[in-house]
Amino acid sequence: MSNVWSLWIVVLTITNIVLLLWVLLANRKQAVVEDDQHDSHDEVKTTGHVYDGIEEYNNPLPRWWFYMFIGTIIYAAGYLIVYPGMGAYQGLSFGKNKAWTSASQLQAEQVQAQVQYETTFGEFAKTPIPELANNVDAMKMGSRLFLNNCAVCHGADASGNPGYPNLTDKDWLYGGSPERIKETITLGRKAMMPAWGAALGETNIANVVEFVLKRAGREHDKTKALLGEPVFAKNCAVCHGADGKGNQQVGAPNLTDDVWLYGGEPQELRQTLRNGRNGVMPAHEQMLKPERIHLLAAYVYSLSHEDAAQ
Amino acid sequence: MKGHNIIEQNIGLMTVLVVIAISFGGLVEILPQFFLKETTTPIEGLKPLPALQLEGRDIYIREGCHVCHTQMIRPLRAEVERYGHYSVAGESVYEHPFLWGSKRTGPDLARVGKRYSDDWQKAHLFNPRSVVPESIMPSFPWLYNNKLDGKHTADKMRALHSVGVPYTEEDYAGAEKAVKGITEMDALVAYLQQLGILLTEKR
Repeated sequence: MSNVWSLWIVVLTITNIVLLLWVLLANRKQAVVEDDQHDSHDEVKTTGHVYDGIEEYNNPLPRWWFYMFIGTIIYAAGYLIVYPGMGAYQGLSFGKNKAWTSASQLQAEQVQAQVQYETTFGEFAKTPIPELANNVDAMKMGSRLFLNNCAVCHGADASGNPGYPNLTDKDWLYGGSPERIKETITLGRKAMMPAWGAALGETNIANVVEFVLKRAGREHDKTKALLGEPVFAKNCAVCHGADGKGNQQVGAPNLTDDVWLYGGEPQELRQTLRNGRNGVMPAHEQMLKPERIHLLAAYVYSLSHEDAAQ
Repeated sequence: MKGHNIIEQNIGLMTVLVVIAISFGGLVEILPQFFLKETTTPIEGLKPLPALQLEGRDIYIREGCHVCHTQMIRPLRAEVERYGHYSVAGESVYEHPFLWGSKRTGPDLARVGKRYSDDWQKAHLFNPRSVVPESIMPSFPWLYNNKLDGKHTADKMRALHSVGVPYTEEDYAGAEKAVKGITEMDALVAYLQQLGILLTEKR
């Protein structure tokens, strides 16, 4: 803060307080004098205002009120000495502690909380995920983290929404090992199913969909499925595999298990093919500390492992 | 005649004195901040909003998002825990007007950028109940249908430039083209996705 503005603040603040005090005392004096007269003449002075025969008394301020006013001014002076308020003046420092700032108060509270949490989080962070998934207390904490950070997309019961995977089944897009779950939460995921509408055309898309339905063991049009097979092999197998079982390295879903992220009706599948799908799992690296991600990963892991505590 | 009688019987004088009396707070607490380095220096990496995000911000204002959502994380542990690093003055130097707000019916949005996917934001704006069943936020389905024409985008940039936002001739020239034909939904989501991403803090 420049000296000019610091001085500006100091001068105005002190002027303000002095003026307030002056207004109070100036009126007080007058009231006291009148009070004395009132004692001697045994009558209360009026201000001289008369309206429709109604007069206004000119009584002094109640004493308790006057002293409270004085009290607030003394408090203000004390406050401005202890806390930063006088321009560049930082306030009193107590012992090792530096002068107060809102940021330093926050930091102190955070350090305190960190110490408090470290005992539990730290212990959990050292426990391997499959083991942690059996810890009832840890999973209670995990579920609260999940509700705060994940439930808006995956649902409070983690069973997913259209476009947001179900986390309670064994079907994983990017892998369900503890490491992969952790990686997914930390770095996020970005699906890259391209739009095939222009490249394949409607006929091919319809045929490929029938072929995919066939692979998933669903009702399908045999002729169209037969026509769709070479199209699939040429265009889709690169990611989804020749057998259609998917590839967790690139997040290509298994197409043979009849689990559909964006709906499994033929028209929904055609829509997926036509326009592509680019689901995004946001990265939580910048939002959550590593030990919380560890705990969350254990919770997500527990959802699809019946032996684990819920 | 006592001093206060003069004031009480002189409404003009009283007005002047009242204005002086109530000006102290503003002169001490607000005025210096317009000139202090601490409050007028942009934080590292801060740039004026690109055309699309700028239009998105105007939609945010038009739809009254700021009436229920603040963009101001206070330096309190519970808030930092939930939303991330507390808001700093340097983040808002290109904001005219500020959208800090003072009442939260919905959550604070100061660092909502990159927190949810674009698809989620769109689904949520179309019908919040589809992703958050207990939500009381209104739906904004028309954002999907309304398209930007970009006619005034450059003018908006020039207006902001006149109050100190460093837009350039290049920005004005490309503004209309950058937003023309894009839905209001895309513009608003683009705006939301950049909110507060320059500062991060793990929680």
